[in-house]
Amino acid sequence: MRRAIRFLRRGGIVEIDEAPPAVTLLDWLRLREGSCGTKEGCAEGDCGACTVVLRRLREGRLVAEPVNSCITLLGQIDGTELVTVEDLAEGAALHPVQAAMVALHGSQCGFCTPGIVMSLFALYQDAPRPLTRRAITDALAGNLCRCTGYRPIVDAAFAACAEPAADRFAAGREAVATRLAALADGQDLFVGTAERFFAAPASEEALAALCLDHPDATLVAGSTDVGLWVTKALTDLRKVIHLGRVAGLDRVVEEEGALTFGATVPLARALPHLAAVDPDLGELMRRFGSPQVRVTGTVGGNIANGSPIGDLAPAFIALGGTLALRRGGEARRLALEDFFLDYRKQDRQPGEYLRSVTIPTLAPGDVFRAFKVTKRFDEDISAVMGAFRFRLEAGRVASARLAYGGMAGIPKRALRAEAALAGVPLADETAWEPALAALEADFAPLSDHRASAGYRRTVARNLLRKALMEAAGRATRETRLVGHREMSDAAE
Amino acid sequence: MRPNDGAETAPDAPEREEEALRHVRRPLPHDSGVKHASGAATYVDDIRAPEGTLHLAVGGSPKARGRLLTLDLSAVRAHPGVVAVLTAADVPGKNDIAPALADDPLFAEGEVSFHGQVLFAVVAETREAARRAARLAKVEIEAERPSVTVEDALARGETVLPDYAFGRGDPDAALAAAPRRLEGTLRIGGQEHFYLEGQAALAVPGEDGDITVHSSTQHPTEVQHVVARVLGIPDAFVTCEVRRMGGGFGGKESQATQWAALAALAARVTGRPCKLRLDRDDDMAMTGKRHDFRVGWRVGFDDDGRIAGYDVMYDARCGYSADLSLGVVDRAMFHADNAYFLPAVRVASRRLKTNTVSNTAFRGFGGPQGMLAVERVMDAIAWATGRDPLDVRKANFYAPGRDRTPYGQEVEDADLLRDLVETLERDCDYRVRRGAIAAFNARSPILKKGLALTPVKFGISFTLTHLNQAGALVHVYTDGSIHLNHGGTEMGQGLFIKVAQVVAEEFGVALERVRITATTTAKVPNTAPTAASAGSDLNGMAARAAARTIRKRLAAFAAETWGVPEAEVAFRDDRVFIGNESLTFGELARKAHQARIQLSAAGFYRTPKIHWDRDKGEGRPFFYFAYGAACSEVTIDTLTGEMRVDRIDILHDVGRSLNPAIDIGQIEGGFVQGMGWLTTEELIFDEEGRLLTHAPSTYKIPVASDVPADFRVALYPSGNREETIYRSKAVGEPPLMLAICVFSAIADAVHSLAPGRPVPLDAPATPEAILKAVQMLGGSP
Repeated sequence: MRRAIRFLRRGGIVEIDEAPPAVTLLDWLRLREGSCGTKEGCAEGDCGACTVVLRRLREGRLVAEPVNSCITLLGQIDGTELVTVEDLAEGAALHPVQAAMVALHGSQCGFCTPGIVMSLFALYQDAPRPLTRRAITDALAGNLCRCTGYRPIVDAAFAACAEPAADRFAAGREAVATRLAALADGQDLFVGTAERFFAAPASEEALAALCLDHPDATLVAGSTDVGLWVTKALTDLRKVIHLGRVAGLDRVVEEEGALTFGATVPLARALPHLAAVDPDLGELMRRFGSPQVRVTGTVGGNIANGSPIGDLAPAFIALGGTLALRRGGEARRLALEDFFLDYRKQDRQPGEYLRSVTIPTLAPGDVFRAFKVTKRFDEDISAVMGAFRFRLEAGRVASARLAYGGMAGIPKRALRAEAALAGVPLADETAWEPALAALEADFAPLSDHRASAGYRRTVARNLLRKALMEAAGRATRETRLVGHREMSDAAE
Repeated sequence: MRPNDGAETAPDAPEREEEALRHVRRPLPHDSGVKHASGAATYVDDIRAPEGTLHLAVGGSPKARGRLLTLDLSAVRAHPGVVAVLTAADVPGKNDIAPALADDPLFAEGEVSFHGQVLFAVVAETREAARRAARLAKVEIEAERPSVTVEDALARGETVLPDYAFGRGDPDAALAAAPRRLEGTLRIGGQEHFYLEGQAALAVPGEDGDITVHSSTQHPTEVQHVVARVLGIPDAFVTCEVRRMGGGFGGKESQATQWAALAALAARVTGRPCKLRLDRDDDMAMTGKRHDFRVGWRVGFDDDGRIAGYDVMYDARCGYSADLSLGVVDRAMFHADNAYFLPAVRVASRRLKTNTVSNTAFRGFGGPQGMLAVERVMDAIAWATGRDPLDVRKANFYAPGRDRTPYGQEVEDADLLRDLVETLERDCDYRVRRGAIAAFNARSPILKKGLALTPVKFGISFTLTHLNQAGALVHVYTDGSIHLNHGGTEMGQGLFIKVAQVVAEEFGVALERVRITATTTAKVPNTAPTAASAGSDLNGMAARAAARTIRKRLAAFAAETWGVPEAEVAFRDDRVFIGNESLTFGELARKAHQARIQLSAAGFYRTPKIHWDRDKGEGRPFFYFAYGAACSEVTIDTLTGEMRVDRIDILHDVGRSLNPAIDIGQIEGGFVQGMGWLTTEELIFDEEGRLLTHAPSTYKIPVASDVPADFRVALYPSGNREETIYRSKAVGEPPLMLAICVFSAIADAVHSLAPGRPVPLDAPATPEAILKAVQMLGGSP
């Protein structure tokens, strides 16, 4: 058992053996360390002004990940290297990313700039090359700038990040990897007292035991939602169990016909696996939150959190996903749709935790479609999210699984529409109408600040119509504004 | 190229010849760029606070309208770490932070007027303790049903200021006589500023009741005055200092004062430095926004679409108090014409009172809403006549003989805009693309494209004439370094670098000699807010005047000492040339000081020519107009209402730019901000008057991917016909309104579904609003 949080910082090791369980990384930086270069813009992980970079080992490789320090709990960075905006320049010599931002007029008021510099610093280290505009705007999806209109920032990204990283951080990769490997001691981490603690167990056994001992503890994986309980609801989290260090819980297992994600697989790591199942899943993940949210937020967290507008659940329900849960020594498995009981109420017992999610991959003849409809394309929460899996036989829909987010208090299947679709010929658009009409009976959505009930109903129907049009062969260039499938389909 | 090119007529002889300019006209980076990018730029919350600094949090009203029965703060006081709890009873001066009419209390007492209105403030050892304690108040309010919408306010007949109208001729008769008539209603949403740095202030008490307030404000003088008013002390006891803001956009003009006054009051009560930084959600709920409007219009026109008569009513939702609504709605009215001659016209307005946070200045200050309405009218006429919307616009442009605005100001450079628009029309291939889009729409059942090219004519000057003044203070030290101070504030717009360029130009020195310093009421007093796009027009002139005074003294001293005529003294290349001699600027400064020449000067400027008689509705409120035009192409999805902007072309008139890089930044940034206002940014209040979209998770400003890769921006080559600083033009606000072309292009795309029918699209054009318009035109299954 280790009693102090440890991380690399500016060449040294920081050890913290006393800290409130839920102190945020941003507060630690600004109020304790006195590093005020990192800014608080929203304290909810949506504006990116607080972005810092964590370098860590993922599957043995050193990666540079941007995170929102405002909703990251300090203990979560155990075992990583923390890099902030003050660290990039060497004396008067700016980092290439900083120099490009200055030379190309990428800052005006400057308040978002540290966060943008850090997002671009992460891109600089690990960008897919040749660098595309899409890769840049994706990298910036979690950084709001209110002054520039982004054009000069995108230019700066092109100028600075096109070539492989050649800064002192890249030069020091091996040394840092070695030091981080040395920090990965495989010990349980426990800071605080039995009444008030931050714990990060290293094994499932330790986790299961801790959950049983403290059924009142808050389980935290990415803290992209729990972080807001801290900063906005001012919830006094007395007991925090962080799942991020549990060995084996972050495994991705690809088997014949199925894909299993351990609960703590970050969304960013799930992305390529899901994109391989279907390009729409890749597109859904690309638009999921922001890079900052995807590197910390997890597959398990998005599901266990039980939000009616989380995007993974409808997609996985449409595929026929199942969950594995564990409480002490007892394990059980259930269909994903059965996990969601009511608004923010899930079938999870005190002391129980989510181990993994399994989804069947697509069979020959399966057509999958997923659509996310939002006010803004990137970094927005769905007004309606629709995911559909059609099993086609001889030009007919043999069976269908239709799942929606945003249409009820929970992610939910459209059972009546599914039934109405069975046997329907794809070529005859009029034959779709009963299924489209059945959606009316499947859902009674609410009006809220994202959309009215009427809009949700219309869009739910139109998304199904669009999916059927595409299944019937209409090119997505003709049916969508984003996420065109033609290129990925052609590549298959 | 332009007949009004400033260089031809400039009587301002001492201004250097264009080719001799060394600093102005250069695309220099922002003076704080390196600090921004390395995290070294200091904002209020980053100032290393003195030991013992306390922190404030505020408690807001849980109801939007009603009588405050009890405010039980015992649990708040008892919370660990709490040092003081402040209410109206603790205010030693006036409980009033209003910019004009004494209708904004620092703390509500007796009555509450909007959800979130400040009732009390907690002062504690840490910000966290203050925030936790603030939630422990027990508040009892006898609630009434609040007015939330325009219709609520009209039903109750409640306004914050009297109705106002101006016009010309008999629009009713002109409408009646016109061959064709149309009428309509347009709803225009408000806008949250979403400056990345929220409101913040740090107050540090001094001796004898002095207080220094570091505030994130565009209006340090108003902060000074309000702090003095609340504390009941003379203005001279209060110093307000602002190094920079993390964005302002109008949101920190009148509405930074409350937070500064609260911090100052806390400092006064506790005797310790006190800081208040609003949480983002509180900031969004407790500070005002762009006014939302309902605009009702009637227009009479001929078959070419040329307007004969126009009657428009602007119903502005002002919130619970007047704040700056007088000027905001006036400016909406001043832009009811945009670029179009309205022969017979009535422009009327009502300033409606609702139980919501008081709406305030926001980049454009009512102008965008004023303009959007007439641009909708242009589209509506085009839909009705079958003419291209651009042709309808051009048919109505101001022109010689058709050159008086509805408020009587002559548009002296009407050809400029026509040439600008025709240049853009050509450069962006408007006509060719119009054809291509029609062809696309004919073969595309689900996705539809739209195109629009819209102009902007924006009046430059504060319409409150007395605000059009500025001061500066320049010191030259004996080593030749220069201290520059003026009344303008830096919020990211690049004002400081522009003014520094002007001063370096005046002294002929390297820019590095000019030290940019924080704005403070102790150096330059009685300033106007940095607003109305007028920052560099006003402060550039004032700083030049100060620098010129010192330069003239130096020149006279050099001429006398070296025995040459003053005309043979030249300041350039960081040196001073005196006849055949030359020495460094520092050497001359030292010699001048030894000869007891004053090396410090204040400068002052007031805008000439302007006057405005509001009672008569006549005058010349604007020194000049800034012009621009933009074209955008969009695609909509008729199944979901989603929209993408495919291409943007902008041609904008900044006169002769002081700094083209800064100006292009303002144009692009303003455009994207305007695009957000008209598309994704939606403020939603529930019927209880609560703002539901009070954080970036629910209020969506544009992100990088919303800006198309094809984004072409050019400066229109011209000079200001008026004698402005180096013949430049104001650039802060006008580009925001270029984004009206996006709204218009979306309407154009919807219109393709049922040509000839009016498009019932309100702003913002969210996917839901677009889909609703599509459905009403029968375009969605």
